Amino acid sequence: MASIKDYGDIETAWCPGCGNFSIRKALIQALVESGLAPHQILLVSGIGQAAKTPHYLRCNCFNGLHGRSLPAATGAKLANPELRVITTSGDGCNYGEGGNHFLAALRRNVNLTVLAHDNQIYGLTKGQASPTSLEGMHTKAQPTGVHSYPFNPVAVAVSMHAGFVARGFAGEVEHLAGLIKQALAHPGLALVDILQPCVSFNKLNTFQWYKERVYKLGEVERHDPADWDRAIKLSYEFGDRIPIGVIYTNSRPAFDSYFPVLEKGPLASQEVDYGVMEKVLESYC
Amino acid sequence: MPPDSMNLMIGGEAGQGLVTIGQVLAKALVKSGYHILVTQDYMSRVRGGHNTFTIRFSPRELDSPCEGVDLLVALNQQTLDRHAGELNPGAVVLADTGLSCGQAPCLGVPYDDLAGKRYLNTVALGASAHLLGLDLDLVAETLEKAIGMKKDGKVVEENRQALGKAYEWAAGQEHGLRLPGPAKQDGPRMVLGGNQAIALGALAGGLKFLAFYPMTPSTAIALTVIAHAAQMGVVYEQAEDEIAAVNMALGASYAGAPAMVCTSGGGYALMTEGVSLAGMTETPLVIAIAMRPGPATGLPTRTEQGDLLFALHGGHGEFPRAILAPGSVKQCFAAGYRALHLAEKYQGPVFILTDQFLADSLRALKPFDLGGLAPVRPGGGGASGGDYRRYEITEDGISPRRLPGMGPELVVADSDEHDQDGHITEDLELRVRMNHKRLAKEKGLRSEAEPPAFQGPEDADTLLVSWGSSLGPVAEAARRLRGEGQGVATCHFSQVWPLEPKQFVERLAKAGQVVVIEGNATGQFAGLLNKEAGIKVQRFIGRCDGLNLTPEYILRQLAS
Repeated sequence: MASIKDYGDIETAWCPGCGNFSIRKALIQALVESGLAPHQILLVSGIGQAAKTPHYLRCNCFNGLHGRSLPAATGAKLANPELRVITTSGDGCNYGEGGNHFLAALRRNVNLTVLAHDNQIYGLTKGQASPTSLEGMHTKAQPTGVHSYPFNPVAVAVSMHAGFVARGFAGEVEHLAGLIKQALAHPGLALVDILQPCVSFNKLNTFQWYKERVYKLGEVERHDPADWDRAIKLSYEFGDRIPIGVIYTNSRPAFDSYFPVLEKGPLASQEVDYGVMEKVLESYC
Repeated sequence: MPPDSMNLMIGGEAGQGLVTIGQVLAKALVKSGYHILVTQDYMSRVRGGHNTFTIRFSPRELDSPCEGVDLLVALNQQTLDRHAGELNPGAVVLADTGLSCGQAPCLGVPYDDLAGKRYLNTVALGASAHLLGLDLDLVAETLEKAIGMKKDGKVVEENRQALGKAYEWAAGQEHGLRLPGPAKQDGPRMVLGGNQAIALGALAGGLKFLAFYPMTPSTAIALTVIAHAAQMGVVYEQAEDEIAAVNMALGASYAGAPAMVCTSGGGYALMTEGVSLAGMTETPLVIAIAMRPGPATGLPTRTEQGDLLFALHGGHGEFPRAILAPGSVKQCFAAGYRALHLAEKYQGPVFILTDQFLADSLRALKPFDLGGLAPVRPGGGGASGGDYRRYEITEDGISPRRLPGMGPELVVADSDEHDQDGHITEDLELRVRMNHKRLAKEKGLRSEAEPPAFQGPEDADTLLVSWGSSLGPVAEAARRLRGEGQGVATCHFSQVWPLEPKQFVERLAKAGQVVVIEGNATGQFAGLLNKEAGIKVQRFIGRCDGLNLTPEYILRQLAS
């Protein structure tokens, strides 16, 4: 059985107090509770503070280009169906630079776990607005305030009937670990948008700001994640109160399931049949 | 004496079915024992405009298209207006009686009497088939194979009737068209173009993953792979854009699936960051680029060899790569196969550079010999278990490659500069060592470079140098000049990077003059030869009007 120790205790370059520490902790806990060992998982990331996560635990890692974690993860999963593929990148990477890939990934529904570390700011480049920054937030790059309406990844995912949509909070590690565990078990694309304070650059959406607003779905009244209409309403609740938990799920078949060849395991271990190849050539005669 | 070869041109609007007639005639000619070489000239539109499908056929093997038309099948007036001036002596034109042929030697076809406008292309096919001396049953069978899948029984039957009537009508006409005699059949022939051959070569090399975004003239590479994907166990996806395509391919390749993307110049522009990622993460990747004239959208359906330096330099930073430039459909198959093997061995990007001319140029070939071929086997090498280091520094720069999830080793790939384990580093001394490790692979790639192919006398007065699809037109131009007693030789590069000067410097120095011929305006390869091997190119002949090089074009330029 895998243990927390297997995932290592690796020094990071994150700021002290960064929400990424809690997300890493929750991720490792979810992996261990899912019985997954480091060599069975692949973490794919783009560029940004969140995208450094794969370097900070023992695992297979593909730390690619800014915004491109989803296509790289898609390729890896379609090459080896036995790998558990998880992406860890921020709001800028997933929703800004990689916005087109985010939409396509939701439609495609490859069996991936997408952890979006959403701190509503660009951290690595020192504090510019991100697609999820709230209107009016002032930064050095947006001195008159953010004028663009914030991107709502949860609402977009629900509206597109993504298979699994959840929102977590880095300040609720146990709860977050539970969400990631459910996301890992979902046979299709599972999005966990994780609210995360940026202690260095986001002075608006602080730990306290989130803490005062988040509430766990199902604690006060029951929520059925199959209820799309209610999920839509919940996904727009982002003000005085912000729900966390599994907001929406369905059972759309995963994209991977349409390739019978993947039932036979990793493509790397499959032979080329030259007898069949000869028939292919004959079809041109 | 019968002519050595004949040029048949079918012209009409997009949507008139001229490609169907062309393909059926091409296949029927091949089945009758001819060699063929097809060039397709089409506009970037689905209906209307003016397109041509030209088949040169001969009893001998052909490696180039040529100018001049012997049989012009005009489906519209524009074809007559544009191409009547290209008719050779003794040529025949087939056109609707309603069209105005002017002075051209025209056989007016009574389309309406024979079958009506709906079967215009079938009537044209039947009449041409008779003029070309083709067997009616053979043509009918080929046509049925071509349309049978798409149409219902009634339509197939009506086509058959229209074909027969037109064939019979043509039998009653006087025309005096002289045909080259067919060669003896010596076994089955495939009919396919450069795009298809690249796809088949890659499949034979063990391709398991393909991602693409449609872009003319490269799309048929993807469509060919997809057509055989279920049989060959290939996973494919039409990505949301070229950026996604290249990153998907890299993810798949990292995870052990030999992977390819295909595109043209504009799509490759979007892929370049991914090419750089392949260089940094040392991930095998095959990039097939079918060039078309730029800049920007350029001429989407025409040909040019204008992206050589872009293929060579696309992607930020310094890292090794190889660029294969097949010159024929047969070489396209070999390039598809070899590119996958080179990419795996040297763990990085390998390009196959063709253009619209070669991509769409159908030719007849004996089925490719699969004997001795072996698929790429990703992974392997170096220490295992906890001692495994993905980017171990080695003398030849090649580090042990393992596949994530397929063993106990953890495989760490990083786009940041990294240490031997694959983790981010800002140790600048290590950065230099890692950079040199990656660049060291170029030495191996250079040692495996495909040497250029020479033809003609060693001490030629004139040496015509070409690369990629210019192979055939240059070879034929040289043959014609040698036939006139001139000392002309050729040198063709089917790999344009890395160059190994030892393979050609001496021979080029012996030539009276070196003339580089390529399909672009600035002489990109001529410049590369000078930079890499100090070759002084006396003359450059280029072409950038969107059309392919022809022997006649080259001869005219040489004479001017």
